Amino acid sequence: MADPGGAVGRPLPRSGARRLAFGRGKYSDDLRFPGLLHLAFVRSPYAHARILGIDPAPALAAVPGARVITGAEIATVCKPWQGTMDHLPTMVSPPQHAVAVDRAVWQGEPVAAAVAASRAKAEDAANEVAVAWEPLPAAAVRDRTLDEDAALVHPELGSNLCFSTALGTGDSEAALDGATHVVEGRFSFARHSGIPLEMRTVIADYDPGEGTLTVHGSHQSPWHQQDTLSRHLGIPEHLVRVVAPDIGGGFGIKLHIYGDEIAVSAVSKILGRPVKYVVDRMEAFVSDVHARDQAVAARLGVDGDGRIRGLSVDALTSLGAYGSLGRPPISEGMMTIMMAAGAYANAHYDARLRVAFQNKPPSGMYRAVGQPIACAVAEQLLDWAAGAAGIDPVELRRRNYWTDDDYPLRTPGGLAINRLSPRRCLDKLVGMMGYESLRAEQADLRKAGIHRGIGVATFLEMTSVGPAYYGPSGAHISTQDGATVRLEPSGAVRCVTSVIELGQGTHAALAQIVADRLGVAANDVGVVGGDTATTPYGGGAWASRGLTIGGEAVWRAAGGLRANILELAGSILQADRADLDLAGGAVCDRATGEPRIALSEIGRIGHFRHDTLPPGIQPELAVTRHYVPDAAPFALANGVQGSSLEVDVETGEIRLLDHWVVEDCGRIVNPLLVEEQIRGGVVQGIGGALFEECRYDEDGQMLNASFADYLVPMAAGLPDIHVGHVETPIEETALGTKGAGEAGTVGAPAAIMLAVNDALRPLGARVTSLPITPESILEAIAAARAG
Amino acid sequence: MDEFADIELTVNGEKIAKRVEARQHLVDFLRIELGLTGSHLGCEHGVCGACTVKVDGSIVRGCLMLAIQADGADVWTIEGVSDSGEIEDLQEAFINRNALQCGYCTPGMLLTAAEMLEAGRKMTRAEIREFLSGNYCRCTGYHAIVDAVETTMESRFGG
Amino acid sequence: MKAPRFAYIRPESLDEVLELLAEHGEEARILAGGQSLMPTLNMRLSRPRLLIDINRIEELKGISFEDGTVRIGALARHAEVMDSPVVAEHLPMIAEAMPHVAHVAIRNRGTFGGSIALADPAAELPACAVALGAEFVLASARGRRSVAARSFFNGLYETERGDDELLIETRIPAIEPGYRSSFMELARRHGDFALAGVCCHAKVDGNVLSDVRLAFFGSEDRPRFADAASAAAEGKAWSDDVKDAVKEALGGDLDPIGNFHASAATRLHLARVLTGRAIDRMVAAG
Ligand SMILES: Cc1cc2nc3c(=O)[nH]c(=O)nc-3n(C[C@H](O)[C@H](O)[C@H](O)COP(=O)(O)OP(=O)(O)OC[C@H]3O[C@@H](n4cnc5c(N)ncnc54)[C@H](O)[C@@H]3O)c2cc1C
Ligand code: FES
Ligand code: FES
Repeated sequence: MADPGGAVGRPLPRSGARRLAFGRGKYSDDLRFPGLLHLAFVRSPYAHARILGIDPAPALAAVPGARVITGAEIATVCKPWQGTMDHLPTMVSPPQHAVAVDRAVWQGEPVAAAVAASRAKAEDAANEVAVAWEPLPAAAVRDRTLDEDAALVHPELGSNLCFSTALGTGDSEAALDGATHVVEGRFSFARHSGIPLEMRTVIADYDPGEGTLTVHGSHQSPWHQQDTLSRHLGIPEHLVRVVAPDIGGGFGIKLHIYGDEIAVSAVSKILGRPVKYVVDRMEAFVSDVHARDQAVAARLGVDGDGRIRGLSVDALTSLGAYGSLGRPPISEGMMTIMMAAGAYANAHYDARLRVAFQNKPPSGMYRAVGQPIACAVAEQLLDWAAGAAGIDPVELRRRNYWTDDDYPLRTPGGLAINRLSPRRCLDKLVGMMGYESLRAEQADLRKAGIHRGIGVATFLEMTSVGPAYYGPSGAHISTQDGATVRLEPSGAVRCVTSVIELGQGTHAALAQIVADRLGVAANDVGVVGGDTATTPYGGGAWASRGLTIGGEAVWRAAGGLRANILELAGSILQADRADLDLAGGAVCDRATGEPRIALSEIGRIGHFRHDTLPPGIQPELAVTRHYVPDAAPFALANGVQGSSLEVDVETGEIRLLDHWVVEDCGRIVNPLLVEEQIRGGVVQGIGGALFEECRYDEDGQMLNASFADYLVPMAAGLPDIHVGHVETPIEETALGTKGAGEAGTVGAPAAIMLAVNDALRPLGARVTSLPITPESILEAIAAARAG
Repeated sequence: MDEFADIELTVNGEKIAKRVEARQHLVDFLRIELGLTGSHLGCEHGVCGACTVKVDGSIVRGCLMLAIQADGADVWTIEGVSDSGEIEDLQEAFINRNALQCGYCTPGMLLTAAEMLEAGRKMTRAEIREFLSGNYCRCTGYHAIVDAVETTMESRFGG
Repeated sequence: MKAPRFAYIRPESLDEVLELLAEHGEEARILAGGQSLMPTLNMRLSRPRLLIDINRIEELKGISFEDGTVRIGALARHAEVMDSPVVAEHLPMIAEAMPHVAHVAIRNRGTFGGSIALADPAAELPACAVALGAEFVLASARGRRSVAARSFFNGLYETERGDDELLIETRIPAIEPGYRSSFMELARRHGDFALAGVCCHAKVDGNVLSDVRLAFFGSEDRPRFADAASAAAEGKAWSDDVKDAVKEALGGDLDPIGNFHASAATRLHLARVLTGRAIDRMVAAG
């Protein structure tokens, strides 16, 4: 669609960024509410314990005027929910209360709320609430929760197994038996979380007079919240309004329904007052959903010239105590087994997945769900196979990608693929890296005892998931998005979208789309969203869907408005609308481009001077459209990442030297936005590869629940990240975009792990546990020395 | 020796007199008492830098200083330096380079970068990265921020 | 995460501080830079009744050099120490260590005295003080005394300082002609507390080492002076054999504590590697 002079495709700065850079952002905690009360939670100090009693008296004595509300009281106004899915009848998940009622099942589970005039006072009160506990044995050692003697997280289930499944095609066992080289590994991916810098925040205001509930909060899916609040607090849906103002990052963490957040609304309903709750950083570590936490054993067989013969994957995901409402906790594992080696031609694949509960914070989705695991496991095996077969790893990839003639296809993991471009991405990446000279330099330095490593990993990124999955699940999660595009009297344009902006810049990209459809400049288009009462219904921000789904809705709505404007202009100008076009802020002659009437005139007449129009003309200067992806179950983006690093084999330190990404997210609406999504994603992937891990002891106590001890990447020590593009627009939508928000995170851990193992190759050492630490490198080297 | 005290200070050039609770940290004071919500809280234990404000000429962790300690001090926040225009070039560089996404870290990042620019010289990318390391950004991956600071240094101190 | 209630006082004179300390003892807490105390307050890990803010006590400020000794006032900020020409000239080890201490905004407030009084086992400055033979001057209503760095640190956040005592300054002998220092540390990320760190100080003549002083941080519950490892290098021409002997001897000096950042064995290994490299660099610096 993009006309060459248009806004789409150009690296326009985001208009919305200016406000934020001048300190004028309005995040949830910045908003002011008259009569506001503040809430702090009493959280379980034990991973598993029975609540014998809760005595609020000391709290009320310490903080006059405070209120303490227990889980049992909250349960009187808020129904429990269950994280089961209709289409997964074998997946179990017990009912969960917003706030624990008689048993706490993770350290950090809320058990009571204290409410007071300030946050400090609410904490003073919460600290004094006396809870009588009976500690119970906890299941907290990952990978051991399915053992016979493991403590049960939910005794009523009789087992910690949440779900298990198997899938595959062909006969991988026979294929592996017949392979020339078989490589295998046991991999481990730590438990971590998304750690948005702004913590989860909710302000709930129940108005007992009107019976309305208005919630402001830092949330990626206000619609899911609205639905849950309505159904579980028993408030008719049209009386529930959820507003998401500026959001300080989400990364999937703010997508879920949290008991503590719902409880804030319940407390507001009980008290009839606005109530605010801001998760603090230490609470965030034990209450935000956790992700990954997976062990994978895998085997790959190749023939003598490096062609894949078969692959076998066995994954165990260790969850927390619950999954989330409507968001199956098995996704981490499912994505792993569905997507492993998906870019490569292979006929024989088998995979098994088991998913088990632990006494840890609930599990949920974090940027790239399962895909970093799929990528790291398969790519590492391919590197080892290349080593075994004596083939350059890049060449081995080239030999194994599906060829253009293979598409469309269904992979052995069950992934329907219409088209991918890994070969083009790889060629471009190899050029950007100067792969050959890096290899030469690596060989030279090895002679000097310097251990450089190079990793090149191919990734797939599943984006913009459509209704085929969530529909049958029974979850009240919408996979469509909507938009209203309106011509204002001045000729400016307003777009009201269901797409949630959390910094990706999607709203700016939507403005570019509208601009091109209506022939105006992008900064003549205002975009607003984030309010369930005023915007079209949507799905929220997840699975990198904003532009592909929400953008298509905007494209259609703007197209509708375009038609209406031309229609109106036709009647004003007494011209055939087929001869008219929109450009330069005016209706112009399609053939000559000559402006005929300015959009401001159309706006003025259409809104104020109906008296001048011919009879029977009803200007429709606002158009609403929705779009649900109907032609494909998802949009699959792909790309290749490269890492160059140096390992100090005496200290185990890793120095990241350079990082490259070539990605194909279909049509690029704004490269500035795409590239920074990629870079930000890569750095989160580096976090997972080298730093991030929720450490627990055997009793289920988190050991590093603070920013001092849970390490995330910071500016020093990171490489520059070079980004290149291959653009293969998808055919299912007019825009042709795919998502790009997770690509960086999918491929970076693999590229880093491959590079580390490449550096360690001369020593015969291997690291297969993420995060890779100086200690784990030293241990791997020591183990290799010991033989 | 009290849990409350009267303090007088200058915030963004304006004289302020207030009674504060001893335990209130400077950023809560700015946000809650003065409505200056541009300074953010990302951890309240000194690690993330979202709370960075300028006190008596140098940047500090606003969460690790009590409001009561700012008695007599000259405090500047993102609102003040935005109004004065003193870092407009830096802000423009951030915007043009898309060096902010959610923007939550940005006020602290800008004030830290501004202190770096006060050194009056160009720095290497590694030096810039090191200087910024007390400020977490979870969205951008830092590369674009380093670019924006570098661009500003180039235009201020010559290419 | 808001601090619990406490009272606050900001004395204007040293005597007033000492009187308050005498009166309130362990109920009170000195507030210097606040860069370590404030996080523990915000996290409600510590609940003093009273904070005594010493930031306005002039006698505690400044850095000076006299009679071969550098005096660093308890309130000298990390940033001030880092930029001090006196420190750069007379205490090169500390100048080398400073950039490893936290980050800019924290260095703008954190104080030298606070770092010593806190006695974090992974902190750089206490170990430098131990290696360089520093003396800490403590004052109380009872009088003043001076404690050698090597006998000041008693354990995790524990020191010889009494509850009624204020650390007023650190006195460190300036580097003498023929001497060199070298400082090295390994942390997971730049500016983090160390996984292993070494401070070396010695007279270096050609490649012969004497008066060797090695101190370690990030390994035990306190900074540790390594007697055996220092002795192993004493009077020796630096060579691979001596390096091996020093590393070997270090095993007798250090009994590291493991935690989730690194095990005891890893910490000892890292301390050994760093020691070899730090002395290599010190010798090569000639
Ligand atoms: C994110 C972060 C990273 C950090 N990284 C490092 C690092 O890498 N290396 C490092 O060494 N430090 C680091 N620190 C700590 C920092 O250096 C502190 O400033 C320092 O340790 C304490 O100094 P302070 O002046 O802030 O002391 P305060 O926090 O004010 O006090 C610390 C303790 O010492 C007592 N105290 C302070 N001064 C005196 C005195 N004169 N007499 C008696 N008692 C006193 C106080 O009562 C308190 O118990 C870091 C801090 C943060 C927040
Ligand atoms: S909020 Fe102050 S450093 Fe994080
Ligand atoms: S832009 Fe979101 S944390 Fe920096």
